[in-house]
Amino acid sequence: MDGFVDRRSTLRFLACGSVDDGKSTLIGRLIADSAGLLDDQRASLVEDSRRFGTTGDDMDFALLLDGLEAEREQGITIDVAHRFFSTPRRAFVVADTPGHRQLTRNMATGASTSELAVLLVDIRNGLVEQTRRHAAIAHLLGIRHVVVAVNKIDLVDFSEHRFREVERAVEAFAKPLALASLTVIPVSARHGDNVATRSARTPWYDGPSLLACLETIDVRPDNAGAPLRFPVQWVNRPDASFRGFAGTVMSGEVSVGAPVAVAGSGRITRVERIVSFDGDLPDAAAGRAVTLTLADEIDIARGDLLIDPRRRPTVTRQFAADLVWLAEAPAQPRQSLLLKIGTATVPATLTRIVDRLDLDSLGRTAGDDLALNAIGRVWIETTVPVAFDPYADNRATGGFILIDRATARTAAAGLAVENLAAATNVHPQIGQVTPARRAAMKGQRPLVLWLTGLPGAGKSTIADLVERKLVEHGRQTMLLDGDNLRQGINSDLGFDSASRAENVRRVGEIARLMADAGLIAIVALVSPFRADRLRAASLLPAGSFVEIFVDTPIEVCRQRDTKGLHALADKGRLANLTGRDQPYEPPEQPALVLKTTELSAQEAADRVVALVLDRV
Amino acid sequence: MDATTISFQLSPHLQALEDDAIYVLREAAAEFRAPVMLYSGGKDSSVLLHLARKAFYPARPPFPFLHIATGWDFRELLEHRDRVAAAHHLDLLVHGNDDATRAGVNPFTTETGEYSRLMLTEALTQALDRYGFDVAIGGARRDEEKSRAKERIFSRRLGHAWNPRDQQPELWRTFNLRLVPGETMRAFPLSNWTETDIWAYIQAEGISIVPLYFAAERKVLRRGASWIAVDDHRLRLGADDKVESRSVRFRTLGCWPLTGACDSQAMDLASIIAELATARQSERQGRLVDGARHASMERKKREGYF
Repeated sequence: MDGFVDRRSTLRFLACGSVDDGKSTLIGRLIADSAGLLDDQRASLVEDSRRFGTTGDDMDFALLLDGLEAEREQGITIDVAHRFFSTPRRAFVVADTPGHRQLTRNMATGASTSELAVLLVDIRNGLVEQTRRHAAIAHLLGIRHVVVAVNKIDLVDFSEHRFREVERAVEAFAKPLALASLTVIPVSARHGDNVATRSARTPWYDGPSLLACLETIDVRPDNAGAPLRFPVQWVNRPDASFRGFAGTVMSGEVSVGAPVAVAGSGRITRVERIVSFDGDLPDAAAGRAVTLTLADEIDIARGDLLIDPRRRPTVTRQFAADLVWLAEAPAQPRQSLLLKIGTATVPATLTRIVDRLDLDSLGRTAGDDLALNAIGRVWIETTVPVAFDPYADNRATGGFILIDRATARTAAAGLAVENLAAATNVHPQIGQVTPARRAAMKGQRPLVLWLTGLPGAGKSTIADLVERKLVEHGRQTMLLDGDNLRQGINSDLGFDSASRAENVRRVGEIARLMADAGLIAIVALVSPFRADRLRAASLLPAGSFVEIFVDTPIEVCRQRDTKGLHALADKGRLANLTGRDQPYEPPEQPALVLKTTELSAQEAADRVVALVLDRV
Repeated sequence: MDATTISFQLSPHLQALEDDAIYVLREAAAEFRAPVMLYSGGKDSSVLLHLARKAFYPARPPFPFLHIATGWDFRELLEHRDRVAAAHHLDLLVHGNDDATRAGVNPFTTETGEYSRLMLTEALTQALDRYGFDVAIGGARRDEEKSRAKERIFSRRLGHAWNPRDQQPELWRTFNLRLVPGETMRAFPLSNWTETDIWAYIQAEGISIVPLYFAAERKVLRRGASWIAVDDHRLRLGADDKVESRSVRFRTLGCWPLTGACDSQAMDLASIIAELATARQSERQGRLVDGARHASMERKKREGYF
């Protein structure tokens, strides 16, 4: 090797335009003219142009891009696509986003990771509503560099007059956006004019070609001066001697010895080591994925945000944000959602829809609904405090998503605006504290996991493992073990039929209280009779009672005899042992059957945990 | 790479790709109950494994590795896979569609699309179901094929089928990783890497790869526009087939009877990178399974192919 050091940087840009503006053709042309087409790609393009092309005998460069069958058939782009090409100066990632109004979400998606937007305008149509909309979304999502490619210049005979008209309209529209840079270039995507090289057919244009512009533009991130923000992704504990916090530096810089704070708790410590596979580092800049160890043992988990203690983010439960609504169903006031910001996911409620952004005027109009592709200001309340910076200051820590809890689909892209808890016009909610509210505080759905089965079937062992695993998943739980309860609240009960029924009734009531408190109660109880279990289930909302049958045949219980009950019964010193001289009625439709002859206790517990995680 | 090669600082471009991939790996490991990484021993797999070792260092990658073996894998690839698994103490699972093999499915007489569906797609979904994995991490790249360019970094499957119209928008790095019952996830940490990036990274990091990627004299035979290696006695020779010895290498590695080699003299990484800079064919051109039908990658993915 010759010691050549590749200093190429990466530019991520977004390409957007309305249907038929020729966006795919432009990107296809950009890739083909800058990087060159490979022989098999060219051959396939010639064949595709013949079959699907819209450009007569010419090669249809758009077909290099439109990869899905539905797109080829309809001649449109239906989904955001990512393209790559590079020149000796830069590597490029292009987010190619469709122009249809109903697919604005793809545009927001592309914009969220891009530093620059290339907006396509058909010179014959000039600025249309779509273009304004795209510019506004790109701007809202923090893009400060815009290149407008005024396409199809060949169709107006390379008219400077027409180009200048469009240029003036673009500049007038962009003025209030306060962009860091705006470049307007006349191009013909189909013929390549001013795409990779300057065209002789536009002698009146003295700016750069599109490619030259993209290669040289300076797009240092707008959060370059932002303070340290490090969301903890994963706690790294290979053994007792090492406890590290894996994550990516989202902004600022982290260095050994520097003080850091936990945004939520405010606790301050120092960075002890910056660990990487390639050896410890003295410091790590924004973008680097590293593992930190800290000087003090403080409580830190996934979702915590490590910060520069001198420049703290907002930490609040109530804040204002702009949303790009992405779900088919419109936003509902009081809608309950999950909010994911950085690596933290918390339950959240839309408390108010304030207004909507009008993308044509860039003004705001009052409105209390938010439908698919609408952008609006809302108030959000979370069950636990979240840390953020205003999106306008720091894209990396001000952007969040809202997730519909039922469908698990992304409902909105959110841009944090300001803390409301400090504002005088917000009053704390006064209301009944309901079971739902307690559950929301814990960010979980309360459940009663009712493990029934013969004595010695393995219920307690499994229940204990289930609880440990759920706690590892951050769930709040309470284990109710039949044997333990009989030593306390049920110590007055015997083993006759009436006492057994009362035993199950009491455990059912206690489980209900636990669920009302928002907990996941795990019950390990023989509970031999269907009627008693049914009564326990009836105390709870539908779907909250999860009956789990720990299915161990009596012979196996007898062999295992973990509690020595069968030995006692064999000697005639124990009567009324269920399965021997008392009947056991197995559940008719349990949510889960755990055959302990086929599953280890760990596997059985994993099944229960999987069931719970699916339901929360 | 020889022992005297020192790995030097990654270019800003490769460093950013590495950091982004590590972020994706950590999200997958942190948010899912039962992650698995697909590992075939190929170059993309090799990079993915290397990134996983980095992402969780000093801990080991907190998930098992899964190889979907068709029974028609290159011998050298399997040897390499086992060497690497042993060297890094990987929890390696190997799964193949035994039913299909018993039923006589093979790359010579089974229609290529059907062969691929049974031996790769079906085998993968069987393995994911058997072990109950909820996210499978793979090395697919968006630059490989046109329909891949529309793939998300985290891609949801209902059962195992991909529906390109029901993919979630991916904003910033804030991935929505929640599933409803019946759904599983695929994760593609190398989404934004190109073939050239892969090779540049392998070179910069000194990652060990299977020698099939390097040019050597190999026994090959002409099939259409490709050279097919004669990897074992199961190759069925036609009357006109002539086995000859040529200096060839492989750009991608699938089942040996379906993977075309290209004429090449590139015997080290620097030569491979130089060769790519002047290549006239794209990477998957040697994969006979791709050409089977137009837009066939999309079709395969809808059926559950990775």
